Amino acid sequence: MKRWLLILSALITSATLTGCGYNDFQSLDESSKGAWSEVLNQYQRRADLVPNIVATVKGEANFEQETLTKVIEARSRATAIQVTPELLNNPEAMKKFQAAQGELGSALSRLMAVSEAYPNLKSNQGFSDLRVQLEGTENRITVARNRYIKTIQEYNVLTRSFPTNLTAMLFSYQPKATFTVENEAAISKPPTVDFGKK
Amino acid sequence: MLNHLSRVLACACLAAASALLPAAFAQELQAVPALTGHVVDTTGTLNAAQKSGLEDKLTALEAAKGSQVVVLIVPTVQPEDIASYANRVGNVWKIGRKDVGDGVLLVVAKEDRKVRIEVAKTLEGAIPDLAAKRIISEAITPKFKTGDYAGGLSAGVDQLTARIKGETLPEVATAQTGNPLSGLLGGFDWMDLAIFLFFAVPIGGAVAKSVFGQKLGSLLTGGGVGLLAFLATSSLLIAGMAGIAALLFALFFAGMSVLPSGGRGRGGNGGFGGFGGGGGGGFSGGGGFSSGGGGDFGGGGASGDW
Repeated sequence: MKRWLLILSALITSATLTGCGYNDFQSLDESSKGAWSEVLNQYQRRADLVPNIVATVKGEANFEQETLTKVIEARSRATAIQVTPELLNNPEAMKKFQAAQGELGSALSRLMAVSEAYPNLKSNQGFSDLRVQLEGTENRITVARNRYIKTIQEYNVLTRSFPTNLTAMLFSYQPKATFTVENEAAISKPPTVDFGKK
Repeated sequence: MLNHLSRVLACACLAAASALLPAAFAQELQAVPALTGHVVDTTGTLNAAQKSGLEDKLTALEAAKGSQVVVLIVPTVQPEDIASYANRVGNVWKIGRKDVGDGVLLVVAKEDRKVRIEVAKTLEGAIPDLAAKRIISEAITPKFKTGDYAGGLSAGVDQLTARIKGETLPEVATAQTGNPLSGLLGGFDWMDLAIFLFFAVPIGGAVAKSVFGQKLGSLLTGGGVGLLAFLATSSLLIAGMAGIAALLFALFFAGMSVLPSGGRGRGGNGGFGGFGGGGGGGFSGGGGFSSGGGGDFGGGGASGDW
């Protein structure tokens, strides 16, 4: 009788330990950190490219100063944000970080669009190389962000679905912040196309 | 009550609406074609001779360096950008050797007049974005402009091959069947076995023996370990050895009773309990192209148009 009780309790303990998802939380938490590092890595790569791009563009006389200043400012704002692991659990700080990176992204794409108007710049081999690198970096950022979003989604589903939400409650695991579109209102409006004005 | 009913109704309506909505509004992404060889042409642009010419080049590269380069020609990638389409296909196909991940995907979207070289992370050093861009703009698109698709692809593949050949990559593994022992022992971590034997077996054995008695308990421990080892390593040899080791361990661990006369014979049975699950060995024969399954595409590469 006693030995059956022993077995039963051993079985129940092992079943509940694997069923509560504690290990899943740990592994998903780690993989979300890894995915986040990859995102940061790619953002850093972009930030590192900016000084070269700026230097090349500056060589072009009478380049639109406003666009250039915007890129420089956006870069310094984006790199000024201290990125700590706690950022992931802080939706407010995450939002700020995203906004800064988004700003740098749009300032850079504006710069690239404007540069089309400068034939010297277009034929400059160094500049077109930088362009390719920037494009590749933007692609990598997109992939890294997508992977991060997927990992976070898994983690958040685990924290919110039964019965693993009980484990999350017990250890106070919160759903993690993920990426959203920075300008949701702006992109849901149809674009206005006006060929009349310049 | 009424309130409750209306909520249920609303919920049902929502469910119905959400089932209908995606079909009506979502733009269908292009499906990922089946990976049938080194050259996948869904447009019929290449004739048989051109296709087999490319195929031969890519097969030779795979035989020499192990890297998998695949050429994909599709009519269009709309509504996606060619970069995200290529990345999606790359990560579905996972071309590149397992544990190495050296794959390159060359995508041509014929009607969009766009081409992309998508490079798996392992080869980003051999083919950086700039190199990919140069290959596209200097080898591929000039020929594409004249309508010579086969020539452009062939020149592009040659340049990719030259780049990959210059890279130090792990050597091509000789056929798995060449050394049966390494196949049987392949990919097994001996530390796991040691840890398992020294911690789990005494506990499991003690429990099994206290429940089922000395002989049956030891037998079950041996069989169980054999089965677990087989599941963990897919290797009959290891499973058998682990089973026998566990059986002996469980038998001698208590050290209270003498070895039963029939113990050795039955021990054999218990130890080889792992054989029951065997049969489906993972020996893949040569011939035919299949993805190595190791390629991880992180967005590296370059695109161009013509």
